[in-house]
Amino acid sequence: MVKVQARQVERHFFVRNSLGKKERLGVLSGFDLDIYEGEFLSLVGPSGCGKTTFLNILAGLDDYDSGEILVDHKRLEKHSFDRGMVFQGYALFPWRTVRKNLEAGLEIRGLSPAERRRISRRYLELVGLLAFENHYPHQLSGGMRQRVAIARVLAYEPGLLLMDEPFAALDAQTREVLQIELLKIWEADKKTILFITHSIDEAILLSDRVAFMSSAPGRIQDIITIDLPRPRTEEIRNSAEFAGIRRRVSSLLRNDFLKNMSFGGYL
Amino acid sequence: MTLRKRILITAPDFFSRSAGLAAFLLLWEIAPRIGWVRSTYLSPPSVVLRALYLLAARGELAKHFLVSLERVLIGLAVSVAAGCVLGLFTGYFRKVEKSLDLLFQAFRQMSAFALFPVFILLFGLGELSKTIIIFWASLWPILLNTSTGVKNVDTILVRSAKTMGASRAYIFLRVILPAAAPEIFTGIRLGGSYCVMAVVAAEMIGANSGLGYLVIYSEETFNVPEMYGGIVSLAVLGIGLNYILKKIETSFTSWKHEIISGE
Ligand SMILES: Nc1ncnc2c1ncn2[C@@H]1O[C@H](COP(=O)(O)OP(=O)(O)OP(=O)(O)O)[C@@H](O)[C@H]1O
Ligand SMILES: [Mg+2]
Repeated sequence: MVKVQARQVERHFFVRNSLGKKERLGVLSGFDLDIYEGEFLSLVGPSGCGKTTFLNILAGLDDYDSGEILVDHKRLEKHSFDRGMVFQGYALFPWRTVRKNLEAGLEIRGLSPAERRRISRRYLELVGLLAFENHYPHQLSGGMRQRVAIARVLAYEPGLLLMDEPFAALDAQTREVLQIELLKIWEADKKTILFITHSIDEAILLSDRVAFMSSAPGRIQDIITIDLPRPRTEEIRNSAEFAGIRRRVSSLLRNDFLKNMSFGGYL
Repeated sequence: MTLRKRILITAPDFFSRSAGLAAFLLLWEIAPRIGWVRSTYLSPPSVVLRALYLLAARGELAKHFLVSLERVLIGLAVSVAAGCVLGLFTGYFRKVEKSLDLLFQAFRQMSAFALFPVFILLFGLGELSKTIIIFWASLWPILLNTSTGVKNVDTILVRSAKTMGASRAYIFLRVILPAAAPEIFTGIRLGGSYCVMAVVAAEMIGANSGLGYLVIYSEETFNVPEMYGGIVSLAVLGIGLNYILKKIETSFTSWKHEIISGE
């Protein structure tokens, strides 16, 4: 089953160049991507290639200029109850307690207070933050805030999860812990996830497939299937298979880099 | 925390905070007594306190105080309602804000006191023109702060609510409004202090009650201690109003200061 089909998506902006004149900046061009139901797909590519732009379009936060995007075989709608997004900057409501933050999506869906409470507590337990339910976001560490943000979208069970470098602002240790937590949570109920990252290791560890983008034109250059067994655990980072895939990815990127000089920045 | 402990902690703070005020009162008491200033023009605080006591005993202090308080509260209530609605509206619709900004900035600079004669011409010498001068003085800080507050709401919060499927109404009421609340309250407190200033002006012209009237009437009848009594009462009114508004503000924005020490 295909969850998302993007066909020849185009997106450009008008920006002022150094002379102050308006100039057309093509960001996405000929962008094709299929995301399968229940898969974990990572999107990797050089800075400025248009990853966030595509994610925002899928999230209904931005428009595209031409091409076609189907979600569940229907045209992408700006308003949807089936999507959840985790931002790099957490985007928690600072005036709400941790639990009330989790309940936001449930509130929007019109659930009763008792039901909201039950569900939010369940997901807080899942991310190990039940003891902090009455804290405010500013009283939590960065890792805890990102856990809350993830639990907040999980709580209303969207069919499509969009994550834009969710762990980029965290320290290496917290990041590794959250990667494993996300793996466990996702492997339990396999929602479709589109995950943007700059870390090849992170992409390999988490994903079923990794899509590599090129910039100018911003489009999918390569897709690699990561056939590491599941459920994956901490140890897999040190396994021979992991190292093998990593080598394959590196040589692929090097070849791409030689073919297309604008494709670089993360090797 | 026990009461004793609390007093021990807050007492030094209280003393250091009131040192300036105490020094001022002392100087004020001494200056007319040793002849630095003529005591016919400057009554020392002890005399002012006595005059206030006598005013209170005659029931006049309460009367004037309550009249001024009522005018301030009515004026403030109207400008909070109008300022918040207009501010939310202009902050939310950028285009509207753009075309109104210059006008609002000009209005804000237009002193309520300078406009008072205009209000009297248009609305007479009664309560209406008094309410309007108070309203005018406090409207602009409330309106402009509210508008800025709405404009400055972190867009990532709105975007995140959108991706959850929130309706426009939900985003407005449950995201933008609480996010802008701190700035709205700053505007309201500013507006409150402008109200107290404006009520004095309003009561100095064509009024026969209120603290502003008390001040100007005492001056005209050369009852200098009562005049200072009126001025002190106005300060008390201002401080009290600010204190109450601050309390309301903290009750709405408590999340900013909350420190949790476990359940
Ligand atoms: N609203 C906008 N107006 C003008 N230009 C934009 C806008 N949004 C994005 N761009 C431009 O589009 C290009 C792609 O941006 P995007 O944020 O999608 O990159 P990215 O792949 O997410 O990069 P990074 O890895 O650094 O996050 C950039 O050159 C950016 O300047
Ligand atoms: Mg990005």
